[in-house]
Amino acid sequence: MAVAEEKTSPEISQEKSWHGIVLQSLKRNDISLVPYVPDRILTTLIKNLHADPFFTTFPTAREEEAVGIVSGAWMGGRRGAVLMQTSGFATLANVLASLAMPYQIPLILFVTERGTLGEFNYGQSLVCRTMRPVLDSLAMEHHTCTRLDEFEFICDRSIKQAITTQAPVALILSPLLTGGKTFDK
Amino acid sequence: MNNTPARNTKVMNRFDLTSRLVAKLKNEEAVVGGIGNTNFDLWAAGHRPQNFYMLGSMGLAFPIALGVALAQPKRRIFALEGDGSLLMQLGALSTIATLAPKNLTMVVMDNGVYQITGAQPTPGAVVADIVAIAIASGLGNSAWAADEDDFERLIDQSMSTAGPTLIGVRIDDKPGVGITRRDPVQIRERFMHGLGVREPL
Repeated sequence: MAVAEEKTSPEISQEKSWHGIVLQSLKRNDISLVPYVPDRILTTLIKNLHADPFFTTFPTAREEEAVGIVSGAWMGGRRGAVLMQTSGFATLANVLASLAMPYQIPLILFVTERGTLGEFNYGQSLVCRTMRPVLDSLAMEHHTCTRLDEFEFICDRSIKQAITTQAPVALILSPLLTGGKTFDK
Repeated sequence: MNNTPARNTKVMNRFDLTSRLVAKLKNEEAVVGGIGNTNFDLWAAGHRPQNFYMLGSMGLAFPIALGVALAQPKRRIFALEGDGSLLMQLGALSTIATLAPKNLTMVVMDNGVYQITGAQPTPGAVVADIVAIAIASGLGNSAWAADEDDFERLIDQSMSTAGPTLIGVRIDDKPGVGITRRDPVQIRERFMHGLGVREPL
């Protein structure tokens, strides 16, 4: 699918970076509201979202606040997605279990993964271990994205599935995809 | 600055104020009711398809209402929240101030207690001034309602103000009058019908 679309859409073929794929997948699926709590890995994506007038993108003080905002927007007929890092996801169990899941809201989360494959902060690695058990305990769809060649397929299909099935999804962006954050400063 | 409770504000009642608000709604305005008593009284004031009732996610009434406001800029959105709930999500006030939606009116029902869990005082009960916090968060159109007439005046005023409004009301410690039917999917679906996003099957 990704290959076929590259042939028909020059706009997509220019975007070979993971963050370019996220931006184009959001746009293609008419997702224009993108609140976030930042991560260093997300810097370029956030900058490009701000630069594109299609998007309304802004920081929130907490991740669950952003989940509330996109949930309200969905009910009002506007699509959104939330960007965060692993430790931010760890604050979401209550809102996932009491808002997104029971009200059947197609919440779309992009989570840059800290805490594995070269983590230097023990606390981050412990937080990371709580993420998939929380997702699994709620039977919430999630994918760990590791390869650039699969990423557009996963992004586009997961967004469409979330919307058509009215069910939340979390896309975990592995350091294998993004390069992650390394101990060099 | 002295935030001790020397406020010249009458202690009112949540159900009465909610009923006064709902009676004013003539243009399919959306109303988001926060967790517990706040949405119980919204339910009791008479169900409308444009009402959204929260069954959890304490503190998210204003963020949810902000999302609706951003999705439907031509519709007026009201959000009803308790003081205990708001204390969980004070950062949301800054987000709302920054985005400055023109169609959002927030009401904080301040009784200083977690009524529904046994009326234990909130940490801010004696010392914090919710309206002062809102103003300091960037929400310039924030005021305490002195009494019921003043509340109605502030609600009317908010509908023609070119920015978000926050109204603080001191209320008694009475529980909610009704109990919302706890059917989240139906609540969400009816709300979407009420907002014209979807047609019923």
